[in-house]
Amino acid sequence: MPMDQGRSPAIELINVTRRFVSPTGKTLTALRDFNMTVERGEFVAVVGPTGCGKSTTLNLVTGLARPSAGEVRLMGGPVSGIDPRVGFAFQKDALFPWKNVIDNVMAGPLFRGKSKADAERMAKDWLARVGLSKFLHHYPHQLSGGMRKRVALAQTFINEPEILLMDEPFSALDVQTRTVMHEELLKLWAERQASVVFVTHDLEEAVALADKVYVLTAGPATVKSVYKVELPRPRVVSEIRYDQQFIDYCKTIWEDLRQEVETSYRRASEAA
Amino acid sequence: MANIAMEPAAARFRPGTSDTEIEAAALRSIKRRKQVVLFWQIAILVIALGLWEISSQLNWIDPFFYASPSLVVDRLYDWAVNGTTEGSLWYNLGITMEEALIGFFTGSIAGVVVGIGLGRNRMLSDIFSVYIKAINSIPRVVLAPIFIMIMGLGLASKVALAFIMVFFVVFANAFQGVREADRDMIANARILGASDWQVTRTVIVPSAMSWIFASLHVSFGFAIIGAIVGEFVGARFGIGQLISIAKGTFDAAGMFAAIVLVMIVTLVAEYIMTLVENRLAKWRPQQSLDTH
Repeated sequence: MPMDQGRSPAIELINVTRRFVSPTGKTLTALRDFNMTVERGEFVAVVGPTGCGKSTTLNLVTGLARPSAGEVRLMGGPVSGIDPRVGFAFQKDALFPWKNVIDNVMAGPLFRGKSKADAERMAKDWLARVGLSKFLHHYPHQLSGGMRKRVALAQTFINEPEILLMDEPFSALDVQTRTVMHEELLKLWAERQASVVFVTHDLEEAVALADKVYVLTAGPATVKSVYKVELPRPRVVSEIRYDQQFIDYCKTIWEDLRQEVETSYRRASEAA
Repeated sequence: MANIAMEPAAARFRPGTSDTEIEAAALRSIKRRKQVVLFWQIAILVIALGLWEISSQLNWIDPFFYASPSLVVDRLYDWAVNGTTEGSLWYNLGITMEEALIGFFTGSIAGVVVGIGLGRNRMLSDIFSVYIKAINSIPRVVLAPIFIMIMGLGLASKVALAFIMVFFVVFANAFQGVREADRDMIANARILGASDWQVTRTVIVPSAMSWIFASLHVSFGFAIIGAIVGEFVGARFGIGQLISIAKGTFDAAGMFAAIVLVMIVTLVAEYIMTLVENRLAKWRPQQSLDTH
């Protein structure tokens, strides 16, 4: 069995459907017959039109939501509740504003029963890695958007997740800061070799970071196509955008994605 | 040019003015603004009291019903030095404060606990919401006679009234504060490994705290109202009792004196509460501190 477990993919979503039922009895299907496989140590990006159900896929993997039909498996086992091997990076700031930087980063280990001294040592180590050693006692509102994101990354990485889920984590940052954060993320990922699912609506971001890009259809979301991105690693995100191969990937995938974006846009304007 | 003339003098600088000069000028203008605000605050008080005093002296208004600031001050002095008809002023004030404070603390603790409990448990809150609405619709002061009938003229009936007035305000705010807690923040805590109790302690309670504090400011006033109304309806001592006696003897100055006392006590309590709040909420971005 351990051998078997070792070879099973990090994440599998098998024929997953997720429906929401409103209190008035209306149903909304966010995902339909959704299939996705993330190998261990693989970096997968998920792109799709706005509101198509990208974030729902992540919630299913965390165990915060359950599939209405189908199966979600982590490391070969079924998902039951919140899995301690999972880390999550939010789109919005999910830092605790009443805790200072180091207390925010220490939260994970403390929740998981580590001693205060251990947690503090780990937090200092992680904050050094993201370059925030001088800001241990600042509160989140005193930091810039990029610095807050780094605190959030340290807060997530300190639990050493084997599976890292990211829900448009850098969408609120300006372009330069975002590029810096991409490099930072790739560095941390290369050290840890976690399996990553990175949800974004920014195709270039997806191609620059990922090994595999999933294109979703306009809601209810299902997988339209999967592209393997075989750009060499380590990648320099700030320069990759001028690489011909990178541009080709973006063009091909965009052709595919554009139809879905247009469909979703048309529906939105019809509804309005 | 007219525009420039409108600007305060401190905002104009020659090229080459040093940063320290600009900073000093900015500080000066902030200080001047504060002084202007303070000046007008005092001026309005003086004018209002002055008008009252003069109107009363010149018999524009009947001093028998309206008293006058000097009569009120005389009465306060007399009470402070010679005591009231019901014993020492400080004893009476102490009784009222005791009732209000016990009611305030028990009421707000109960409000916070029940508010957070129901806020966290949707099933319980669905079941109890109808009863809470029903009880909340009773004007609290009508409970005073009932409490006095059941618990007598002493401390207990006033504490109960203060408690019930404070409880609902704090409860409603704590409940709302829990419901407003950021969903992502809760999800974040849970994924980081927090148990339900840890989520409550480290996310729910702190994020409900600003709601709770907002209600505490109001509810101390309510605790005083509860105590005084209770004393009104039936008591042997207390500020409410003093007001009641003053009313019975057509003693306008006595009534105003009691009101001034209550006002001062409530303002002091409010000030202390703001200090505590600012200490606890140092994580918050710059907030306006003008609540006191």
